[in-house]
Amino acid sequence: MAFSHTIGGVVHRFDDLKTLLAKASPARSGDDLAGISARSAEERVAAQMTLADLPLRAFLEDFVIPYESDEVTRLIADSHDAEAFAPVSHLTVGELRDWLLTDQATGDVLAKLAPGLTPEMVAAVSKLMRVQDLIAVAAKIRVVTRFRTTVGLPGRLSTRLQPNHPTDDPAGIAAAIVDGLLLESGDAVIGINPASDSVESTITLLRLIDLLRTSYSIPVQSCVLAHVTTQMEAMRRGAPVDLVFQSIAGTQAANASFGVDIALLDEAWQAAREQRRGEIGENVMYFETGQGSALSANAHHGVDQQTCEARAYAVARRYRPMLVNTVVGFIGPEYLYDGKQIIRAGLEDHFCGKLLGLPMGCDVCYTNHAEADQDDMDVLLTLLGNAGANYIMGVPGGDDIMLNYQSTSFHDALYLRSLLGQRPAPEFEAWLQRTRGELPGAMARLIA
Amino acid sequence: MTGRPKFTPVREMLAFQLAHARARDAVYFPLNAGEFEGVALKSAARDRAEYLRRPDLGRRLSDASAAQLKALRGRYDVAFIVADGLSPLAVHRQAPDLLRQVTAHLEGWKIAPLTVVEQGRVAIGDEIGAALGASLAVVLIGERPGLSSPDSLGVYLTWEPRAGRTDAERNCISNIRNEGLTTGAAAELLWLLMSEARSRRLSGVQLKPDGKFLPPPGIPAG
Repeated sequence: MAFSHTIGGVVHRFDDLKTLLAKASPARSGDDLAGISARSAEERVAAQMTLADLPLRAFLEDFVIPYESDEVTRLIADSHDAEAFAPVSHLTVGELRDWLLTDQATGDVLAKLAPGLTPEMVAAVSKLMRVQDLIAVAAKIRVVTRFRTTVGLPGRLSTRLQPNHPTDDPAGIAAAIVDGLLLESGDAVIGINPASDSVESTITLLRLIDLLRTSYSIPVQSCVLAHVTTQMEAMRRGAPVDLVFQSIAGTQAANASFGVDIALLDEAWQAAREQRRGEIGENVMYFETGQGSALSANAHHGVDQQTCEARAYAVARRYRPMLVNTVVGFIGPEYLYDGKQIIRAGLEDHFCGKLLGLPMGCDVCYTNHAEADQDDMDVLLTLLGNAGANYIMGVPGGDDIMLNYQSTSFHDALYLRSLLGQRPAPEFEAWLQRTRGELPGAMARLIA
Repeated sequence: MTGRPKFTPVREMLAFQLAHARARDAVYFPLNAGEFEGVALKSAARDRAEYLRRPDLGRRLSDASAAQLKALRGRYDVAFIVADGLSPLAVHRQAPDLLRQVTAHLEGWKIAPLTVVEQGRVAIGDEIGAALGASLAVVLIGERPGLSSPDSLGVYLTWEPRAGRTDAERNCISNIRNEGLTTGAAAELLWLLMSEARSRRLSGVQLKPDGKFLPPPGIPAG
């Protein structure tokens, strides 16, 4: 179906829904690279005006990637909850934006609405929202998950402790974990990106965290972010697997480039639940996403990168995950060119994920060839804190020496908690208070 | 709780800023092709800003450079290609030494004229190697600068280079810098890989089934 909009006698035409969405997307280098972005600033606004008048029902009849050729589209269509959708089924995209900002759209109302919204609806409405809108609406939504800690409660900010090491050296990793714990980090997860994807080193690292956790009765969950099949093999061999991780994307072809599909993720989810290691809840999955991943795998089907990203959240929500985060600036300037684009993308992803019912966190990050610096990261970090992000990363010194990019440091999290009066997850906070006096000594012994 | 500050102390903060400044400067360090005794070429990316936004343009030659290469076509065992990548600084610091040390091993090899490419990415070696008529392309390219590694060089080997080769068909040596893999050690490793590629007539995942020389994940050189 084609769309058009006339401004001052000039008719703007958009051939189909995915073109309309792409042209309405706020400027970013990845859509330019794909050759699908608006040709002028005016065309972008014309597309946004067209999109504002589009009924939400249109997204249930017209898919940006055909149902027959993409299992993510099938998942979106087949899992749509018409009853949950009913309260907003008469609205256009523009009317949804205005309604989201009203006092009627409370956190509880939005939580009930989530299964009725599709990723494309949510992506579309985000394109009509300024930064303050993305923050104001997301801040109303709490998505609370549990394993050994409770993440996402009001007034709480958690962190993923990310103690990566270039050679997976257990002593180096243990030192970084202790450093993080002493700085009150790790209540979302202690999650290591391994340099090697081998089952043996994955098991070694899982055992390391488990030994630490049980020796000091620390209420945390662990994860080694190897490929999902590696983690499944680790489970078969009896390793202590808490959360199961996988990178996911918004198209079947992009997921194939990650070596996964929905059937494999289903299998991993079942295996993870069968471990029965969660003590206060059964949220066992951990997903990472990021705008640009579908394009970089040449698997975007002409769909803009922000809509592709929102589609990844449809995959994530099938598994009621403990944690989801967008690794927003990791992919490089050909997808998000500068601080301005990274900041907006981080807030879009957080908003879209929360509106779809996900426990969103964000890896506030950048690479050295992007036009961004620590000031940009401070801005995004501070905005996300106000938007109610469930968690951020805690990397020693903010410098990930394995993945070669800059993320947020343990101190950045302390800044945000102090500024906004936010606290760690309650179980972790209680442990910190219990062990406050003896923690440094205990930790020092641990790495001695 | 530990008496440690809850903020980043000024010295640590400035040390971080210095490391980032060096990484940024490395990205924008101008390549001086005249420092190499080679043929200066340009990719289809006109400048750094376009190069950063359009990786596809950095993977192919400008029309003028493609035309220039036609006159150099021959039959060679190996073509060395120096490309600025994301750290021209690394190229200037590491490539001359590495080239000198590895060519010392290459008795009996027919070596193509050295090419030096501005605004180049790894895959541009496919087009250049094919145009020169080389059996093996060896691309020396500046890696994406890390915070404490602004001058790290990467080397990519491709047997029978031609446009459309994938990363799985290449072998990589990365982290070549004084604090990482020295140029001397890298030259030995490169020589071993080149010899093995030539005798087995292939490169990539099959060359080293243990994956030891695969491109490392997460450290794209361009």
